[in-house]
Amino acid sequence: MNPVLSVRGLEKRFGAVVAADALSIDIAAGQRVSLIGANGAGKTTFVNMVTGYLKPDRGSIALDGVHIGRRSPRSVARLGISRSFQVPQLFIELTAAENLAVAVSGMHATTLSLHSPAEAPGRRDKAIELLQRFGLANLADRPISELAGGVRKLIDIAMALVRRPKLLLLDEPTSGVSAEEKFATMDRVIHAVAPDAATIVFVEHDMEIVGRYADRVIAFYSGRILADGSPQDVLRDPEVRRYVTGGAR
Amino acid sequence: MVFPVIAVTLFGRVLPTWTLSLATIAASNGLVALGIVVLARTGNVSFGQGLFFAAGGYGVALIANNWGITDAAAQMLIGAACGGLLGLVIGPLIARYSGIFFGMLTLALSMVFYGALVKTTVLGGSDGFNVVRPSLFAISFVDPREADFMLYAVSVVTTGLAGIAATILFRSEFGLASLAVRENNLRVEYLGISANRIITINFVIAAVFAGASGAFALMAQRHIDPQFAYWTTSGEFVFIAVLAGYQSVSAVFVASLALELVRSFSNLYLPNAWQLVLGVFLLAVILFLPRGIGSLWIRQRRKSAGVSAETSAVEEGAPS
Repeated sequence: MNPVLSVRGLEKRFGAVVAADALSIDIAAGQRVSLIGANGAGKTTFVNMVTGYLKPDRGSIALDGVHIGRRSPRSVARLGISRSFQVPQLFIELTAAENLAVAVSGMHATTLSLHSPAEAPGRRDKAIELLQRFGLANLADRPISELAGGVRKLIDIAMALVRRPKLLLLDEPTSGVSAEEKFATMDRVIHAVAPDAATIVFVEHDMEIVGRYADRVIAFYSGRILADGSPQDVLRDPEVRRYVTGGAR
Repeated sequence: MVFPVIAVTLFGRVLPTWTLSLATIAASNGLVALGIVVLARTGNVSFGQGLFFAAGGYGVALIANNWGITDAAAQMLIGAACGGLLGLVIGPLIARYSGIFFGMLTLALSMVFYGALVKTTVLGGSDGFNVVRPSLFAISFVDPREADFMLYAVSVVTTGLAGIAATILFRSEFGLASLAVRENNLRVEYLGISANRIITINFVIAAVFAGASGAFALMAQRHIDPQFAYWTTSGEFVFIAVLAGYQSVSAVFVASLALELVRSFSNLYLPNAWQLVLGVFLLAVILFLPRGIGSLWIRQRRKSAGVSAETSAVEEGAPS
C-alpha cells in the first residue's frame, strides 16, 4: 500500500541546533502513530515541516505522492493535512460555533461569500454536528474566552477535523488535562475523529496514552529517529528508556 | 434597514440650513470611518485613508473640469472607482504587513501622495483648484438651500446604503473570517483560508468608501487641494473610527455626527480651545467606553444573548 505521508532525508537546522537529521518516515493510511521524545527532540519541528509552517533545509515530503515540502500551511491544509496545536489556536472572542463556522467556510470555497450569513443553516449544522461529536453542543454559543482549557483543546481538534483530512496531526492532545480525565478525553477524541480522519499522528509525552492508543510509535532524539515500531517494542527499547521515557513502563 | 435611511433623508427637509452641511460632512466622514472600521475588523488600522479620499476627490474634480460630468451620483461613483482602483493596486502589496507596520505604511503612502500633489502645478499645487456646483439627474440647483439638501440627500442615501452593505458584510462568512484574521491569522491559514486575500478585500472596500467620501467633500466645498491627503485629515477619520469601535455600523455614524457637533459647538463657544474640548471628549470615550460608542448597545445585546444561552444550557444540563 502506498503511504499517505512519505518523508525522505528531511533536514532542518536552527544555527548549530539540529532539529531534523535525515529523517525518513512512511506513514500508511489508517495508522495511528505517536511521536515521542524529550523536549527539543524534533517532534514539533517535524510536525511544523509537514504542515508547511517550516521549510526543510533538505529532503522531501510527499502527501499521497504530491510534494508538499515547499508549500504554505494553507496549501498543505487544502491538500489534506490538518493539525491541532499544543496550545489551542482559537479565535477567543468568537463563540465555539463561530470558530467551527470559520473552519467550515474554509472547507469548500477559495473565495468566501460577502453576503451569505456566517452561520447559515448548512454551516451552523456542520459546526453543531462537530461539537456534538465532542459532547460540546451545549457550549456552541459561548465565547471561547469563557471556556476551560480542556474544552478549548477539543474545539481546536474539532476545527482540524472539518476538512476531513487525509492526515490529522495532533500536538499533545491531552496536555493540560488531569490524570483522571486523560483517558476519557482521549477516548472522546479518538471516537470523534474516527469518521473523518483515517490516519492520525499525535505527539504525546504520556506513555500510558501512547501505549493504549497508538499502533505505531516513533521515538525522536536530537532530531533523529531513535526507534520506530509497535508500542510494545519501542517502549521497551533500552535506548528509548534511557533517552525518552526515563524508565517508564 | 432601508426605512431609517429614507426617514433621515426626508428629515433633511425640516433641518435648518446650517445643519444640512454639517450632516453632509458627518455622513461623508462617517463613510471613510466606516471603511476604517471594515478594515479594523482584520486587526489592521489605516492611518492613511486620506490617500484614497484625495484620490476620489481629485479624480472627480479632474473629470468634472475636463469632461463636464457634474452629476452628483455619477461623481460619487467616479470617486468610489478612483479610490477602489488605487486600493486594488496598493492592497495586495500592503496586506502582508500587520500592526504598526501596516498603519505606518498607509500613512507614508498618503504623505508621498500629498507631497506629489503639492509639487504638481498642473493640479494647482498647494492651492488646489475649484470645480462647479454639482447637479443631479440633469437638474441644476441654484437655490443654496436646495443645493445643500440635494447634497445632503445623496450623501445620506449613499452612506446609508454603504452602512447596509457593511452590516451584511459584517454578518457574512467573509465578515466572520475577517474577525478570525484579526485574532489569529496563522490559524486562518491552517484552515485553508487566505488571510492576505481577506485583508486585501477589506482594504479595497475601505478605499472605495474613502474615494466616494472624497467626492462628497469635493462637492460640498467645490474646491480641492492636497490637504485632502494630509495626515491630519486621515487622523480625523481614525478619530471617528476609534470613537465608534469596530463592532457596530450605526456607531460609526453616531460617532461622526457626535464629533461634528462637538467640534461645531466648541468652535462656537470656545473658539480658542475647541481642540482641547475634542481631546477631552475622546479621552472620556476611551476611558468609559474603551470599545467605542458601539459597545453601548452591542454589550446590551450580548448580555441578553448570554442570558438566554445560559438558560438553555442549564435546561440541557450543561457543565458549568
